[in-house]
Amino acid sequence: MIQYILRRLLWLFPILLMVNLLTFILFFVVNSPDDMARAQLGNKYVTDAALTAWKAARGYDLPLLWNTNAVGWDVLTQTIFWQKSVQLMVFDFGVSDAGRAIGADLAQRAWPSLWLALPSFMIGLCVNIALALLLVMFRGQWLDKLGLVLTIVIMSISGLFFIIGGQYVLAKLWHWFPISGYEPDGDVWRFLLLPIILGVIAGVGSGVRWYRSILLEEADKDFARTARAKGLSLWQVMHRHVLPNGLLPILTGVVAVLPLLFMGSLIMESFFGIPGLGSYTIDAINSQDFAIVRAMVYLGAVLYVFGLIITDITYAWADPRVRFGDK
Amino acid sequence: MSWLVALVCLLSLSAQAAWNNPYPRGWVHENTLFSAFSAPPKTLDPVKAYNSNEMVFLGNIVEPPLQYHYLKRPYQLEPLILTEMPTSSYDAATNTTSYRLHLRDDIAYAPHVAFGANKRFVTASDLAYAITRMADRTNGSPILDMMLPLIVGMSDCVKQFDALAKTNTWRDYRNRQPSGVEIIDEHTLMIRIHGVYPPFVYWLAMPFFAPIPWEVDQYYAQPGMREKNQSWSWLPIGTGAYYLSENNPNRRMVLQRNPNFHADFYPSEASPDLPNNVLDDAGKRLPMVDRVVYALEKEAVPYWAKFLQGYYDASGVSSEVFDQAIQLDAQGKLSLTPVMQEKGMQLLSSVATSLSYLGFNMLDPLIGQENPNAKYLRQAISIAIDYEEDIAIFLNGRGLVAQGPIPPGISGASEDCNPITHQLNGTQCVRRSLLEAKTLMAKAGYPDGLDPKTGKALVLYYDTVSTGADDKAQLDWMRKQFAKLGIQLVIRATDYNRFQEKMRAGNAQIFTWGWNADYPDAENFLFLLVGSNAKVETGGENASNYHNKQFDALYAQIARLPDTAERRALIAKAVSIVREDAPWVFGLFPQNVSLFHGWVHNVYPNLMANNTLKYRRIDVEKREQAQALWNQPVLWPFGFIGVSIIGLLLMLWLPPYRKRNEL
Amino acid sequence: MLLLWSDIVVWLLVTSLLYFFWRLKQDTLLRERWQLVAQSRIAMASTIVLLAFVLIALADSLHFRTNDPYRPVVSALDMSLGNIATGQEKSYSAPFAIESLWQETRQTDDGRVIRAPVPLQHAGKQLDNPNDLSRDLWQRSLTFLSIGIILASLIVWMLSHLSVFSQTALPWKSAAITFIVLCGFLVWLWGMGQSYHVLGTGKVGEDVLYASLKGVRTGILIGGLTTLLTLPFAVVMGIVAGYFKGWVDDVVQYLYTTLNAVPGVLLIASAMLLAQLYLAQHADVFASEQERADVRLLLVCLVLGLTGWTGLARILRAESLKLREMEYVKAASAFGVSHVRIIGRHLLPNLGHLVLISAVLDFSGLVLAEAVLSYVGIGVDPTMPSWGNMINLARQELNREPVVWWNLLGAFVGMFTLVLSVNLLADRVQHVFNPRAQG
Repeated sequence: MIQYILRRLLWLFPILLMVNLLTFILFFVVNSPDDMARAQLGNKYVTDAALTAWKAARGYDLPLLWNTNAVGWDVLTQTIFWQKSVQLMVFDFGVSDAGRAIGADLAQRAWPSLWLALPSFMIGLCVNIALALLLVMFRGQWLDKLGLVLTIVIMSISGLFFIIGGQYVLAKLWHWFPISGYEPDGDVWRFLLLPIILGVIAGVGSGVRWYRSILLEEADKDFARTARAKGLSLWQVMHRHVLPNGLLPILTGVVAVLPLLFMGSLIMESFFGIPGLGSYTIDAINSQDFAIVRAMVYLGAVLYVFGLIITDITYAWADPRVRFGDK
Repeated sequence: MSWLVALVCLLSLSAQAAWNNPYPRGWVHENTLFSAFSAPPKTLDPVKAYNSNEMVFLGNIVEPPLQYHYLKRPYQLEPLILTEMPTSSYDAATNTTSYRLHLRDDIAYAPHVAFGANKRFVTASDLAYAITRMADRTNGSPILDMMLPLIVGMSDCVKQFDALAKTNTWRDYRNRQPSGVEIIDEHTLMIRIHGVYPPFVYWLAMPFFAPIPWEVDQYYAQPGMREKNQSWSWLPIGTGAYYLSENNPNRRMVLQRNPNFHADFYPSEASPDLPNNVLDDAGKRLPMVDRVVYALEKEAVPYWAKFLQGYYDASGVSSEVFDQAIQLDAQGKLSLTPVMQEKGMQLLSSVATSLSYLGFNMLDPLIGQENPNAKYLRQAISIAIDYEEDIAIFLNGRGLVAQGPIPPGISGASEDCNPITHQLNGTQCVRRSLLEAKTLMAKAGYPDGLDPKTGKALVLYYDTVSTGADDKAQLDWMRKQFAKLGIQLVIRATDYNRFQEKMRAGNAQIFTWGWNADYPDAENFLFLLVGSNAKVETGGENASNYHNKQFDALYAQIARLPDTAERRALIAKAVSIVREDAPWVFGLFPQNVSLFHGWVHNVYPNLMANNTLKYRRIDVEKREQAQALWNQPVLWPFGFIGVSIIGLLLMLWLPPYRKRNEL
Repeated sequence: MLLLWSDIVVWLLVTSLLYFFWRLKQDTLLRERWQLVAQSRIAMASTIVLLAFVLIALADSLHFRTNDPYRPVVSALDMSLGNIATGQEKSYSAPFAIESLWQETRQTDDGRVIRAPVPLQHAGKQLDNPNDLSRDLWQRSLTFLSIGIILASLIVWMLSHLSVFSQTALPWKSAAITFIVLCGFLVWLWGMGQSYHVLGTGKVGEDVLYASLKGVRTGILIGGLTTLLTLPFAVVMGIVAGYFKGWVDDVVQYLYTTLNAVPGVLLIASAMLLAQLYLAQHADVFASEQERADVRLLLVCLVLGLTGWTGLARILRAESLKLREMEYVKAASAFGVSHVRIIGRHLLPNLGHLVLISAVLDFSGLVLAEAVLSYVGIGVDPTMPSWGNMINLARQELNREPVVWWNLLGAFVGMFTLVLSVNLLADRVQHVFNPRAQG
């Protein structure tokens, strides 16, 4: 088992390295350091000297990959690639183009993101599974059919409409929630309730369908039929057989996305003014702050890969039939 | 059903404290002003900050030597931390002017760890320290290149820092100031500048010249400070009425009353055109509000909604909400709509000291100065682009059509009719007819907008920064304006960087550009057209790359003169040259309109001063009442939802539907 | 006549779809399956609605040059829409309004100066008296509805004599009803659009109905083209990885894990910035901004395609892994049949349904994604008519007083109808081809 985990962990490095290389190429080809300097310096009284100073202050005056002016290891380390990309590998995020320490900002903003994303996800999960269970219990009847049509309808509505409409009706017209904002001390739920509700509603369409199909698959298996034939009530069959067995695929799916919850929700956060990592990313894209975008890409990649590994481990742990030797 | 009743009772009880209050519960009951910012400031370092969204904060935290009088019009400087206005004397032998600044002795910084428990008072060497700090390129001062040729010895000072190796340790700027900056005694500083440049005093009213205590500079240079965002950029220290007690540009900035703030009083004189009650608080000790909260509000939609709910004390008026808030009378004067009047709002409007214009690249072979006939083409376009309509559609009438480069409120403002594009009709300045524009097109060699070379419509290129869908409408409108002359306008919308690059390389043909006044002087606008400032050659601010020897000579004279009738005559002459050459379609002067709730007092337009927070006063009780009244939650949907859920449950249990699946 | 790049793509798309269905006819097994799909009334109705969307997109993909400097390029759709396309007002007006929403200062006959709404230039011109508005609306509605329904019924009646429609297993009746209702509705829209702004006008006075219709092409292109671009990638990568295993599998897995690891929006954002750089530097290549916006649209599809293939590839890999262990595949390979033949003969046909389901599901996802991308500012060109751009604008409009809701409605109806009909069809396809996942 430990050997297996170790092997999976090793698999992590080439991926992260590739991600790093990819972002490096994208960002330093797309945007030369000169561009960045100009974007950040504004449009009044910008001279070449000021540009050079800006680049020097942020270490963008170095050569990209190979420093011919340096000696020894500095040939490699005194380069933009080493300073800006390789440093990411040890989670040294550096300073944003606007001059703030990214690491400090990330640490601060991860919490609001998590506060929003985790409850949304968990409540969404429970609601989806509960509804899916209900549909399975009433399979083939009017409730099931109605539910299926409703899920397709909800799936066909862009999430933006839910957010725009929800904010307009619930917050603006009915005064139920603050329109936007975030207040970590005390009653944080007042600010999170609306985005959570909207997030759950927007996700209910695809979620219920997905879980319904998983549960149905279990319900169709022989053991469930046998149990039913033995005279167990429908509820008991669901409760004792279908749900526990369906939990395995559900669980592995959940574990894979769990780490990514850190990244926050781009749209939700920027609509409701929640100072998390999602709105951080959007702001960075809009202001073309590539230091932040780079950091976020890397962070996202790390979390994704991490999710993959714990999925494997959970899977192996929950289902002993999985042979560790197999990929 | 009883639980439902109980729930509703509970809900209506808790309705007393508004559900949608976006602040910590207690704050709205305190002497706190609530405002918002839409884009996080990039830096609050006094040596760097230059944008208006940075000045909003910084202006109230640090204090430069001079300030603009809050209530006098036209704008007038007065001493802030000085005992009197700086005295200047010209020395013909060295061709320099010296300014003598004498500091008050009761000016102390807000508390800071670096000072320990002591009250730290401002000295002349703090002012010198600020100027020296500016001379270090690594600090990235945006005005260094303006000051370089101006302050005596500045360039040597810059060189001394350029030579230093790049390190992360503290650079002690004490006693390394330029030779033109002289510390006479503890409270007296002398600044010498080359030649004569009367606008120099205006620069002394900007935070760049605010005193910097070396202890704090040293403190922030310690290792590990930057990683914690402990730096001048995020926690500036000054002598202003407020200090920054919470700086989280991701969420909220809080300004708290500075306990060490020096004696400062509400002015007792005011310009007669301000309202009668302007001097109600005359002589009162400042500041009058204990705390100012700025919440990050990136979107216009929630901003406005919260303002209407009473959670922001002030708001701008976007064009979307304009009709709801403001009505224009037949004369085009702005007033509040009845709905807003009922809410007890106040309206504040003033024409900004800024200009938004459409520029022609004068280096362009088709439309630029090389081609003598292109002048008529530019003039024709100047007539055809109906900025009156632009203002009406996109700004709801909040703007003035610019008749020249200098906005109103500044001595020498171009307030007469531009004879090229407009004509006087009685007392009204009316845009010339399209017919005249078409005649000019023919004169330029493009009858009916047809390019004789191709026989097709003349194609012109319009460069603009545009990323959002919001711009589409405006771009469409612009195309229509050119189509009126038969010209096909091709829009090349790019991102900001690309646009800047094009401008620098001179590859743009037609573009939009704007300028915000640094100080209320015509010189600050005319220098945008001086040949020696051309963008492509010098990287200066003359974005059109306009060259006219006659104009340049006039400008040189204007820059040296104080505000006199003679100077105003010269300005008028210079403006008429520009009008004739038409390197710009002058565009418009935007009008700032903002709304304030009735409980906010002492807000008057002052576009130059950035330290106006200290004059504000609020009526907390009135605000509480209004907030309670405006934020009653609507409760009937709860009943509705409850009934539907019960109905659904009942349906599931009713016998006809109870037949279950057998799997 | 002028061919934009995206026009070519649209026509290619349609041709390949036609080819696909022609191939279907050849393959009896698949044909039976598809008949099963068509047996659902909902699927039939959805298909008809989808066809209407495709037709609109096609009509919008035939471009012609004109001499009008304000609209140098128009499409067949623009030309056939008449007043809907050309009836530009100055600014906002409500649906079916004949007066503007904005106010103008003017002098009344008795010399007073007032600020009041003004009559619209392209709505209700035929009315002598504004009080006749509701009567005229009813009259016209009835007229156009009945014209549409009668026309459609005639067509249905004529078609019903063709032998193709004699297959009684298929719900032709539902199809006919959908067709008639749709026809009635479209003719009504067109007819009312000639004398009113059915969905009002937007900020600069553009007809919102027109904008919504123009959004159809963008939506279909984004969904269709991107799906088409991802397919070859996904199919080749997935099958090769699953079939050959070993190092090929490792490389492919490495590739898609890496691509998946980069957060999608960020990857798209960076790629789009690169694209914008290219467009800005080669601005002179494009004769009009329409062509530029067009290339940008294609680039959006390309980028979405590059990041979108991983999901399907993974499914295909897993399935190929299973298939290659099948007896007949093993036997074929033992007989020395070449890999290409095995893949072509045995693997591909058995994977077809997976590809199909994923393609249909992706399509609707992509149409929805476009709105989000536009919101973030990395979607299609802001000058391009698209539902995402409309939603973006509409957010601000909800703040107005009175509320301007028709832009949001236009985008909502367009998007919802398209995605819903695709989803309904996809549901049925899944039901038929992959019943295990459905129940």
